[in-house]
Amino acid sequence: MEAYLDNSATTKCSRRAIELMVQLFAEDYGNPSSLHTMGSKAEAYIKEAGKKIAKTLKVSEKEIVFTSGGTEANNLAILGSVGANKRAGTHVITSAVEHASVQQPAEQLQKLGYKVTYLPVDAEGVILLEALEDALDEETVLVSLMQANNEIGTIEPIKEAAERIRRLAPKALIHVDAIQSYGKMIIRPKELDIDLLSVSGHKIHGPKGSGFLYIKDKTKINPLLFGGGQQKGLRSGTENVPAIAGLGEAAAEIYENLEEKAGHMYELREYFIREVTKIPGVTVNGRSGTGSAPHIVSVSVEGVRSEVLLHSLEERGIYISAGSACSSNHKKSVSRTLLAIGLKQNLLESTVRFSFCDKTTKEEIAYALECMNEIIPFRRKFTRK
Amino acid sequence: MYKSFLIKYGEIAIKGKNRYLFEEALVNQIQYALKDVDGEFAVRRLQGRIYVDALSEYAYEEVMEALAHVFGIVGICPVVLVEDEGFDKLAADVISYIEKVYPDKHLTFKVHARRARKNYPMDSMQLNAMLGERILEAFPEMKVDVHHPDVLLCVEIRENINIYSTEEPGPGGMPVGTNGKAMLLLSGGIDSPVAGYMIAKRGVAIDAVYFHAPPYTSERAKQKVVELAEIIAKYTGPIRLHVVNFTDIQLAIYEKCPHAELTIIMRRYMMKIAEHFAEQNQCLGLVTGESIGQVASQTMQSLAATNAVCTLPVYRPLIGFDKKEIVDISEKIGAYETSILPFEDCCTIFVAKHPVTKPSIKVIEKSEKRLGDIIDSLVKTAIETTEVISVTAGE
Repeated sequence: MEAYLDNSATTKCSRRAIELMVQLFAEDYGNPSSLHTMGSKAEAYIKEAGKKIAKTLKVSEKEIVFTSGGTEANNLAILGSVGANKRAGTHVITSAVEHASVQQPAEQLQKLGYKVTYLPVDAEGVILLEALEDALDEETVLVSLMQANNEIGTIEPIKEAAERIRRLAPKALIHVDAIQSYGKMIIRPKELDIDLLSVSGHKIHGPKGSGFLYIKDKTKINPLLFGGGQQKGLRSGTENVPAIAGLGEAAAEIYENLEEKAGHMYELREYFIREVTKIPGVTVNGRSGTGSAPHIVSVSVEGVRSEVLLHSLEERGIYISAGSACSSNHKKSVSRTLLAIGLKQNLLESTVRFSFCDKTTKEEIAYALECMNEIIPFRRKFTRK
Repeated sequence: MYKSFLIKYGEIAIKGKNRYLFEEALVNQIQYALKDVDGEFAVRRLQGRIYVDALSEYAYEEVMEALAHVFGIVGICPVVLVEDEGFDKLAADVISYIEKVYPDKHLTFKVHARRARKNYPMDSMQLNAMLGERILEAFPEMKVDVHHPDVLLCVEIRENINIYSTEEPGPGGMPVGTNGKAMLLLSGGIDSPVAGYMIAKRGVAIDAVYFHAPPYTSERAKQKVVELAEIIAKYTGPIRLHVVNFTDIQLAIYEKCPHAELTIIMRRYMMKIAEHFAEQNQCLGLVTGESIGQVASQTMQSLAATNAVCTLPVYRPLIGFDKKEIVDISEKIGAYETSILPFEDCCTIFVAKHPVTKPSIKVIEKSEKRLGDIIDSLVKTAIETTEVISVTAGE
């Protein structure tokens, strides 16, 4: 049996998206900027993709800019918005548990002289709203928060945060990294009252190299790439039409019966957590129920290094991620998220992530549990002394 | 502009009656090195010289780079070959050579003529003088300096006439294959690829053994070792890489033997298995990257304890090197960046905090007895399940 339980790393591309993309690679391969019919046909695919995506968010298709993926969307949101609103202030707020594609641009801003505040989180990974209130000031130009944590699944209180930001720092823009939440829950940027939202295509069964940034109408933002002025000058470069069309199709598909799909994943998650924590020395990080994304489970296994567990599961056809990459004789790269939630030192190197999709079955989860039950006591016998 | 390269070799020339074999090996190694270079090349031996002739367009840098990997080559001279059509034609050829090779003529020079063919109408002294004259006439900015010339212009009268004045250094050593074959214990670290390079420099072909310990070491750690083998194969020629699954042996040692002795006992089993494959592949010795005192398992006592299980000689070309010196060679041969990729190898996964540094062979042997009969069957299985990968120079 095989079980791909690494859907937060990437997903299998949807058949519908693939078929559409094949059509675009092989037949409708025109450049959307070309004046002839081949061009306008290609342009129509982009428009169509924009519409499909806009519908999932209840926004206008004009508010969607396609990017090469989540990293570019996050970079564009952070560097582009701060750059375009220099006069609004020099303070950027984000959290201690952000993905590297938010944290690194923030660090770049720090080098340019911006003040960056990293909000602390509680033991479940939820940002402290009081800390946000304290941090917000009239210099605040941008607040960037993730909606679902990529390592432990915790959902952040975006709406509550936005309400405080509007009240205490009316000039600040609000960016949400929705890369792990889009396609897993209903997201309404207007209801959340946010300005920018990043999404990656390959996390939702779309192609790699695709993604988009939602930019609320009239939000000032500078491009990162300059050139032919495509996408209203916000993102020059010939549009990756097949990827954009594939992304649109995948987005439309994943939001069909979303609640049912999310319900299924929540059930799997509850089942998995219930059973896996029966193994002695095994704990789960983050939140339970709908406080978490439905597809991510962070598991700490005392006495078994994450890489060993990962490779042991791999031998049995189960694919997961390690929480922190590490190795004995090289610099350790400990997960900032796991550190921020105050995970015990001995568990930092013993934490793995399982992540599901709506196609994941209960049988696969049962198989993973069976393997965990077999592997953990055996591997625990052999540890570094 | 160069159509040929004159290959100079050092130690081969003194090998007496075996010279023929050495030259043949060098020709083979040059052909191997040029295999992946764009263009067509012929390698020929002529009157105790080896020439590489380009039969098509080629990139100069690429050829020089490829030849710089061939042990046995001391120097590479890009050479212009001309027909003997009288002195005037030769003088014109020499002048055109200087014209092309030295755009700035403010140089001192000396002509060094040699006649391998004694029926040439002028002798070397005459040639030196007359060519020098012609050069001075053509380029008044140039001056003669017979003691420390900027340009030593060599003109050799052979079947053809060779004109050359530059020499790039080769790696030295002896052509791989002229000194048998050895089995290298290759890990993912910095030292063992360098050891392989060093032993190959003395003309030894190599095969390699890598000890893989899934799930403790990843597939990527193995890929890294394959990559390292590809890097050293540029120097050593093709390598048969034996990938041994060592996990069960390691776990048995972990369970049964004192933890402080784990690494030593493990290394003893590695040596035994390596020796098995060495014998199977007609290798005349084992090669390791050990250097005295670098880590606990490389003290004099530890080396003695590891050595004791082998009957074949164990060569340790890095034995007197400091880490810094090893890193320098690793960088020079292009292995360093790959070596430092952070994948765990099987030597570190269970390493004790306080391993023995002065093991006594008797004590170690006693500890090994605790492994009982099971270890023989584990070794047998490890040998039987070993995967052999044929590695050639990678790009």
